[in-house]
Formats: sequence, structure tokens, C-alpha cells
Amino acid sequence: MAERSFAREVQDLKLGNGDTFHGEGILAITKALLQSGVGYVGGYQGAPISHLMDVLADAQDILGDLGVHFETSANEAAAAAMLSASVMYPIRGAVTWKSTAGTNVASDALSNLASGGVTGGALIVIGEDYGEGSSIMQERSHAFAMKSQIWLLDPRPNLESIVKAVEDGFELSEATNTPVMLEVRIRSCHVHGRFAAKDNKPPAFTMAQALENPRRDTNRIVLPPASYMHEKEKIEQRWPAAVSFIKERKLNEVFEGDIDDVGIILQGGMYNGVIRALQGFGLADVWGNTRIPLYVMNVTYPLIDDELIDFCQSKRAVLMVEEGQPDYIEQALHKILRKADVPTKIYGKGELPIGGEYTAAVMAAGVRKFLTSAAPEVLPDHIRAPNDPSILAHDKIKALAEVVPARPPGFCIGCPERPIFAAMKLVEKDLGPHHVAADIGCHLFSILPPFNIGATTMGYGLGPASASAFNVKADKRSISIMGDGGFWHNGLNSGIGNAVYNQHDGVILVVDNHYTSATGGQDILSSRADNKSRSTNHPITEAVKGIGAKWVRQIDRTSDVTKMRDTLKEALTSTEKGPKIIVASSECMLNKQRRIKPLFNKAVKGGERVVRERFGVDEDVCTGDHACIRLSGCPSLSVKHTSDPLKDDPVAAIDNSCVGCGNCGEVAEAAVLCPSFYRADIIHNPTGIDQFMAKLRGGIIGFLQRRRDRRRLALV
Amino acid sequence: MNIMLQPPAIDLTRPLSIAVLAMGGQGGGVLVDWIVALAESQNWIAQSTSVPGVAQRTGATIYYVEMIPARADAAYPVLSLMPVPGEVDVVVGAELMEAGRAIQRGLVTPDKTTLIASSHRSFAIQEKLVPGDGISDSSKVYEAAEAAAKRFVAFDMATLADSTGSAISAVLFGALAGSDSLPFGREAYEATIRAAGIGIEPSLRAFAAGFERTQADAASATPPTPPKPASAGKLYPALAPIGDAAFDALVADASTTFPAPLHGIIAAGLRKVVDFQDVGYGREYLDLVAGFRRLEQGSDPALTRAAAKHVAVAMAYDDVIRVADLKTRASRFERVRGDVLAKPDQLVYTTEFMHPRMEEVLGTLPAGLGLWLESKPGLCKTLDRVVNRGRRVQTGTVRWFLPLYVLGGMKRFRRGALRHKREVAHRDAWLDLARTTAAKDYELAVAILEARRLVKGYSDTHARGASKFDRVIAVAPRLAGRADGGQWLRRLCKAALADEEGKALDGALATVETFL
Repeated sequence: MAERSFAREVQDLKLGNGDTFHGEGILAITKALLQSGVGYVGGYQGAPISHLMDVLADAQDILGDLGVHFETSANEAAAAAMLSASVMYPIRGAVTWKSTAGTNVASDALSNLASGGVTGGALIVIGEDYGEGSSIMQERSHAFAMKSQIWLLDPRPNLESIVKAVEDGFELSEATNTPVMLEVRIRSCHVHGRFAAKDNKPPAFTMAQALENPRRDTNRIVLPPASYMHEKEKIEQRWPAAVSFIKERKLNEVFEGDIDDVGIILQGGMYNGVIRALQGFGLADVWGNTRIPLYVMNVTYPLIDDELIDFCQSKRAVLMVEEGQPDYIEQALHKILRKADVPTKIYGKGELPIGGEYTAAVMAAGVRKFLTSAAPEVLPDHIRAPNDPSILAHDKIKALAEVVPARPPGFCIGCPERPIFAAMKLVEKDLGPHHVAADIGCHLFSILPPFNIGATTMGYGLGPASASAFNVKADKRSISIMGDGGFWHNGLNSGIGNAVYNQHDGVILVVDNHYTSATGGQDILSSRADNKSRSTNHPITEAVKGIGAKWVRQIDRTSDVTKMRDTLKEALTSTEKGPKIIVASSECMLNKQRRIKPLFNKAVKGGERVVRERFGVDEDVCTGDHACIRLSGCPSLSVKHTSDPLKDDPVAAIDNSCVGCGNCGEVAEAAVLCPSFYRADIIHNPTGIDQFMAKLRGGIIGFLQRRRDRRRLALV
Repeated sequence: MNIMLQPPAIDLTRPLSIAVLAMGGQGGGVLVDWIVALAESQNWIAQSTSVPGVAQRTGATIYYVEMIPARADAAYPVLSLMPVPGEVDVVVGAELMEAGRAIQRGLVTPDKTTLIASSHRSFAIQEKLVPGDGISDSSKVYEAAEAAAKRFVAFDMATLADSTGSAISAVLFGALAGSDSLPFGREAYEATIRAAGIGIEPSLRAFAAGFERTQADAASATPPTPPKPASAGKLYPALAPIGDAAFDALVADASTTFPAPLHGIIAAGLRKVVDFQDVGYGREYLDLVAGFRRLEQGSDPALTRAAAKHVAVAMAYDDVIRVADLKTRASRFERVRGDVLAKPDQLVYTTEFMHPRMEEVLGTLPAGLGLWLESKPGLCKTLDRVVNRGRRVQTGTVRWFLPLYVLGGMKRFRRGALRHKREVAHRDAWLDLARTTAAKDYELAVAILEARRLVKGYSDTHARGASKFDRVIAVAPRLAGRADGGQWLRRLCKAALADEEGKALDGALATVETFL
């Protein structure tokens, strides 16, 4: 079950001719796929395209009615390989993932696909996770398009343009026998807007028809001599076909302006930012009217030489707006103009920063620099020579640097991964620090305070593999971590299989929270929930034993910090050979709460006896040392100042957002911290027996309490 | 310039822009969805963006909305996907420091921006994990907001949300409506909440609360005031008789011994130690503090004030008996019910997480027996195996309450216990040092007393704190006589509270060594 349900939104996928679709970019892309007669869709979740997978998962009925096959792929390589269905058959297929992380994984299949070419339209929707809020290395997907010769679309960031790019993309793919990548940036994926909907189209040729009428053509397989022929085809047929298609269909757009001795060339995705920057100088308006001519590349690969030469020929100077580095497009533009002997001066990197997201402020500064150099007369005086000191120079605002804390993402309230790292901290206190190879997933938050655990990450599911060099005799062992998501993505083979085969003595900790939680809580093989369209409940321990692991421990309640700690210690000290694998399983608290909260509330309303657990701190016992916080970091475990004049420091306090996971109590107990923590069991709708017992206990305890209170001076 | 092309008519209309800075899980997305639906319901075109990704997991995140009235010719606007510093009309900070972050990012400018912030704090991990007080100073955000915002609206929306049984997003939506920043009437906002269809009634209540508070603040023209510092929240009991002859005699005595400004802290300390042990213990306390009173030199009795506070804390150390007593009190049972917001018809049982060790047992034994046992490490180890494990104590059941109750009643044996002997010896050494220092370096003596703040926690934590205290105190005699001796000792204490391992303290001590 995914983190967010799109049960309501998927109804919008049924809209047809004459309707207006309102919604998020990701939903618009999904709708566009259906309008394009897609036959199959696959992919691997990850921000910013997780919702695309979630929407499709929630839309299974609609997809079924249309005859569209949807698959949650094991990883991006599997998704890319799925596109092979479009090699021989005239079926449109689309796959999606987070890029560049996912494109790296997929690139083997993509190279093969692009070499042999496709018959049906093959569209790869890549969520470009670059800039603010990104969770991955800052790289561009552009290079993949260039190296494998895959066309790259980068439409203007509004729903009309994005939807059109999906439709154009399929046609371009078919017209050129080449797969097409559609790049959508993180904000475009989540942009709310509208577009005029069309009817959905069932695929013209279905997967069943293909299965029943198999075709083959060895010329489409990457094996000499066909592979040499493929390269020739790419150069002699597919490239020219793409250029003429893009020109004929005017996929790139020119917006004329009256100040036409300068111009701006931009990636489609940069369009709104460029318009906003020009607007700031009075050179454009909110309706897209511009005085500076724009050449908008909705296709950023291949470049259309003629169009670029045409645009630049009459201009003294152009600004190339290309986000990210290296500046592939700018370099190509130089070559194109040089070869055509066009002397137009090219501005670009330099006016704009080489790397980093082109935010509104960066874009405005870059466009101003360009115009100040290339066409100073068009800028109003106050813009050319701004003398308005930024508000940020104000002393009171500079003083904020001392008080506004960094707030990176972290483990959620009640996260079952927290006690795993608390246990690791305790082990560290006993056995000293170890080399810890971390992995991609929520568990990577361990590298931040308060845990500060983890030395490296090498890619999704590659935690154990990244510890493989530490397979030598030493007094300490390596510890590597991976999540259940990474485990099924590739870690079973690259991590466990690798360690078993190479007889690695290290410790491998598999953090199993029953979902791929970091990407939005999608189900995977080892998920414990029943999923009516997927096969789940395949234990990780069975899988690792199946490929030869011997020392395997399953922990089914991670908040048992003592057990967690002891098991880790055992793994680090055991004399048995081969990898020591600990599978630490507890359900992701976000998902669990979403699952049980409605049930709980219903039970309370229905008068059923239910017990809610939450934790608390006795403020008169707490001394305000915060050792508990340094082993937890739970958002609901906070601090507060008390009214006690004898206490200078704030004491620990737990707020009502506590979900009663038990971590803080268990940590206090395991680490012998202090007796301030208590668990409160709040019994809703107590039964007659409960009432009777409460009365009985209250009677005895109350009597004793009154007895002592009488003897005590009434001081507090 | 090409004369063939006429300049296009540039429309100077600017879209209205709203940036929402929130923490993952605060419902910022809900608020933004409402704003978009509101605008669309009024025939405006609205575009929102967000950057979810990992920021969802409790980290700081930003949502952005632009909106503009739709045109009759169905032209579609080109709206920005991210806020432009200097051009944001409304900034919503769903938590005070997030509002501060918006100011830092240049999104709040004096000519344009209405800043709507919830004044509540959700502390970041760095603020919480320091062994001392790491809470950021909220007033700095208020000062910055006054400088940066055209208008600043701030009140505690989290508490308001709780009291209406809803989420902070609904209160923020109400504050947005109440600020009249958008050209839409209250009914349009309320219709939006109804149309969204989830938790309608509580959302409307929270909306109304936010709306009315904002309008009332605007009507009274009162600028938002920062919360008072923590020291203002301390409640000092009265140095007054309570109807017990022995205690009241102490009160009468203290009232004459100490000047009136110290009565509050003396009363707090006296109550603490008498509650810890007995009236006789209160007498000891007053005598110890009075000893410092006699060492006063100037008009400000800083030494006595520090002694009144820290001698009480040192005397009322946290031992097993104390914890058992506190955990079994009727007042504690009541407090827990309040803390967990239990309703009258609900039953509440607590389970305590305790982990006694042999050390605690030895400390509670009579000093002689304790010392004898301590000298038999093998025996101690064996016994520790029996004692040393986590215990879940269900205080609400008779079976568990009774042993705790009995333990809590063992006060009368405390004075003879090993732990007490040790505490007294440690305390005496510290107070002796303060007393002998006072004559030659008054400031340093005050700082020596205040260093007691470092000793806190239980078991390992306590040991670590005590060792920091000992290290700091050990330097004190060598600082005596320097003009800045007191200041240096305070600096050392601050460093000791900065981190758990004592790295900052190591650094500070190394610095001190350079000039000693």
C-alpha cells in the first residue's frame, strides 16, 4: 500500500474530449499515456516520479478496461528491459524512474534497446532529481541520451506542453525507430495546473496479440554484424529522420520579440524561469509576451542545426540557458555556429552558474548579466545599476544565522529503524566504532545527528557490496546496511550472494520495514500485507538462506533494543565463517499508522475496548541531560522548560504525537539511562472487569498513597 | 533593432504569490491544495509546486503558489515554479524557525510581504541533543520579521489547532483569510474546506479560530510579541508557614536570615530538601546557605543566591528511594493522566522502564555493609547478574506498586546509606572550595557553586557529568585571583554542557592550560 492514495484522482484519468483536467504534472503524464494508446507501462518508484507509479497502481481497474498492462518492475534495469516488447511489435510502451540514479541502473538495457531500435513507440519518463530537495548526486541525464542515441524531450513546464510531449514522443519514437526520453524536473512533476483532456485510446495492438503471433528478426539483436549495422542506421537513417520529424512537427518553439538582435536559447524546462526573469526587467509579461526572441528547445537532443542557425544568424548575441553541467548544448551550439560561419556571440555559462539549479534569483541575475553586456540599452537604469541593498544585509536578518537550525529530513515519529541505530550506538560504546557501509533508503538518515553512523553510500542496494573489500583478517568486522527495497532491487545478488561466494565475514544488516518506504511505501516481495495484484510475503531470510547464507537472524520487533544490541554483538564476535546476516523487521510507522488509525478510531467509536499506548517522561525525575535524545532523535521526544526554579536546563518531554513505539523506554532500559520514562496504556471503553480491577487497585493504592501523604508535609 | 516588429503590449499585471515553508508531515500540502482550490473556485488560474522527496520525512520543505485572474480570451499565464526573492506577497511559516528560514532566503521583503507564522516551536535535533540548554532564541526571529516583513502576523497556531481538534493547516488557512491578503471573502475559504470534504467540522472550527485571532490582532494593532525567556516561567514558592510547627520555625528563621529578594529561591530549595528527606535536613540546608550569607561582600548577594539553588540540588540527589517515592505519589498518577490527555472515562496504567544495577543496591545499603560488599568484587559481580537487568514496573498494579512504595518509604535509613555518605563528602569538598575561594575571589566562588549544574542524570550519564564537574572544579583553585577567573570557570561549564563526550570541554581546558 503506497503512502498516498490516488483513489479519487485516478477518476480524472477517465476524462475525455471536452473535459478540462486539473491536477498534478505526474497525473497529467499518466493521462497522456492513456490518451496515446499505450500498451504497457512499467517502472521503479522514486522521487519525483513515485506518484506516477502510485497513480497507475491505484488505476489498475481503468488500465484493465483499456487493456493496458502495468508492472511494478524489480528495478530500473528490469523496467528498461521491459521496453523490448516494442522492439518487434507495434506496441507503445512507457517506463519511468528517478534519474540519474535509475538511468544508471537501466543503462545496460537502454544501450541494447537503442542499438537495435524499436518498432512501437518506446517512451522513458525520467524524473530529473536535480537541485533543491534532491536526494541524489547532482548529474544530468543528458549524457545518457547522447551516448546511446536516445532522443531527449524537455518540454515547457506546463501541463499542456508536458502532455503534448508524451504524445509527440511516441510518434517521434515510431518515426525514427528510436526510444525517447521525456525529462520532467522535480517541480514539474508536482506542478498543479490544467489541460484540455482527450479520450483514452486502447492500444491498437495488444500484448496478447503479440504473444500469440511471435515475431523475430536477428537484425534487431545486438550481436555482430548487426551491431555495426545498428550504428550505421543510427547515423544514416534514424538521426536524419528525427531531425526532419522535429522540424516538420515544430516540436521546438520560437517566440518572436521586437528586440531581435539578441535572443535566448533555452531548454523547454527553463521557459517559465526565463519569462519570469524577463518580466522583472519589463521585457516580458505573465501571458508569455516577450520583447526578447526565444528559441525553446522542447527537444534537447538531437539539436536541430538549421533552426539554431536561423535563430542566431540575425543576432549579435544569444544567451544559452542550460541547467546543469557539463554544458553539452552550449558546446554543440558553438560548433554548429562555427561550422556555419555564424559570428553570433554566445553567452551562457559564466553569465549563469556552471552548476546548480537555476532558481528564480539565479536566472534573473544571469539574464541581467547577459543583457547588461549584450544589449544594455534595453534594460531600465535601475536594473542595470541596482543600488537597492538587499534586505539580507540587515543586521537583524544576518543574526538569524545563529538561531535558525538546519532541519534535514530524519526518521519519522515512531520509526522502527531508530532503535536499530540506537542499538548500534550502544554496541559502539562497548566494542568501539566499526566501518559502516550505508545504503540508500530512509535508513541513510543514520548518518545525521543524533546517530552519526555510516561512512559511505555507493548506490541503492549496494551497501554490502561496498564493504566487500573489507574482507580481510582483522580484529574488527565491517558492518553493512541495506533496506528491504535495496535488497530486492539488486542487493540479494550484489550484496548477499557476493558475500556468501567470497566468504566475507562481515555483518550485513537488512532493514526490513515491509515496504520501499523512502520512495513512498510501495509493496515489495517481502511486504507482509496481502496485495491483490502482486505476490507478497516472501521472507528475506528464506531468500538469503536460499543462496547459501548460514548465519541468519530474524528480529521481528526492532524496538527490542536489548535484543537488537545483543544480536549485533553476537554477529560481530561470532566465530562462524561467512556473512552474518541480521534481518531487522518492523513495519514502517507511516504506513502502519495509516493502516491502523482508522481501525482504531472505528473501534473506539463502536464502543470496543481498545488500548492506546504512548510514552511520557516524569519531569521531576528527569534531570535534563538529554542522553535519551542522543539515542533517539524522535520528533515527538522533545524538551521543555519547567517551572522549577532549581532546574536551569530543559527536561525531556513527549508530546501527544507519540505513537507508542516503545523506543525511548527500551533505550532508557538498555542503555541504563534513567527511570524517567513511562509507558501509559490508555484503555478506551473499559469493560466491567477493567472497571472492577481499577476500583480494587485504586482502593488499595489510594489508601497507601493517602496514608503517606498524611505523613508528608504538603510542600509540592 | 528590427523596425518591422512592433513591441508587444507588455501587461504589467503580476500574479499573486504565496510561499509556504513547513516541515514534512505538517500538512503544508493540504494548505496549498486548499489555496489552489480557493483560487480556482473564484475563476482564477492557480499553479502550485512542491519539492517532496526526502524533505517529507520531517525535514524543512517549501511549497509555492502563484495565481492570477483568468482572462476572457482563455490565455494561459506563464507562472513561476519557484518563489522570486523580493516578489512574494504572502509567506506562510508553519513553525517559527521556518518563518525565520523564509526571511533568511530573502522571500520576505518590507515593500511587499505579509508574513504569517505560527509562533510555536518544534525543536530541531541540534537544539535537543546538547546536554545543557540548546534551545534557539525565538525573539531573534521576531526582530528579523519586524525588519523584513511589510506585515507580520504571528501567534501559536499549533495550540489553537489542538484546542479545535484539527491540524495547523486549517488555522493557517484561517490566518491567511483573516489577513485579507487575497481578494476573496471568508465564505469562499469556508466553501473550499467544505468542498475538499475531509474533516470538515474540525477544519472549519480551526479556520474560524485562525481567522478571528488574525482579525482581532489587526483591529487592536498589537504587534506580535516574542515568548518570554524560560527564566520568566519559573515559579517561586512563597517563604511562608504551612501549618507544621517544625517547618514553620525554619521559615521564620530563614525570613530573618536572608534578604527578601532571596526568599523565593530559598523557599524553593527548602521545600525541595525537606520533601527529599525531612525537616532536619531543611535545617542543614539553611545552615549551609547561611554560611555563604556570611561571606557576602557587596550589595548583590550572588554567592548566597547560587548557594540557595545549587546546595538544594546537591542535597536532593536522585537516588532509588527518591525515584520510587516520586513514582508512587498520588499527585504523579494525576499528572500522568493530564500529560497523556486521558478522558475521565478512560483508564490509565503506567509501566516504568527501570534498570537497577548493583551500584544502586550498594548505594542504598548501610555504609558499612555497602563498603564490605564493594571490597568483594567477585560477590558483587555475581549479585549484579541477579540485579542488573531491565525491569518493566507496572506501577498501577498492586503487585508492583507495593515494592516501590516500600522502597519510597525507606527515607529514614537514607542518612546511613553508602550513597548518602559519598554525596555528603563530595558536597562538602565542593562547598569548602567555594568558601575558601570566596574570600580571595568572590566571582570565582559563585562560578564554583554554579558548576554543580554539570552533575545530573543517572548511572553512566551521572558518572560522565560528575567527571566533567570534577575536571572543571579541579582547575578552579588555579584560576583564583585572576581578574577573569570566574568568567573562565563559567566558560568551562558552558563547554562541558555543549556535547556529551566532552570535546568542547577538552578544548576549553587546553586553552585554560595555555595561560595558567
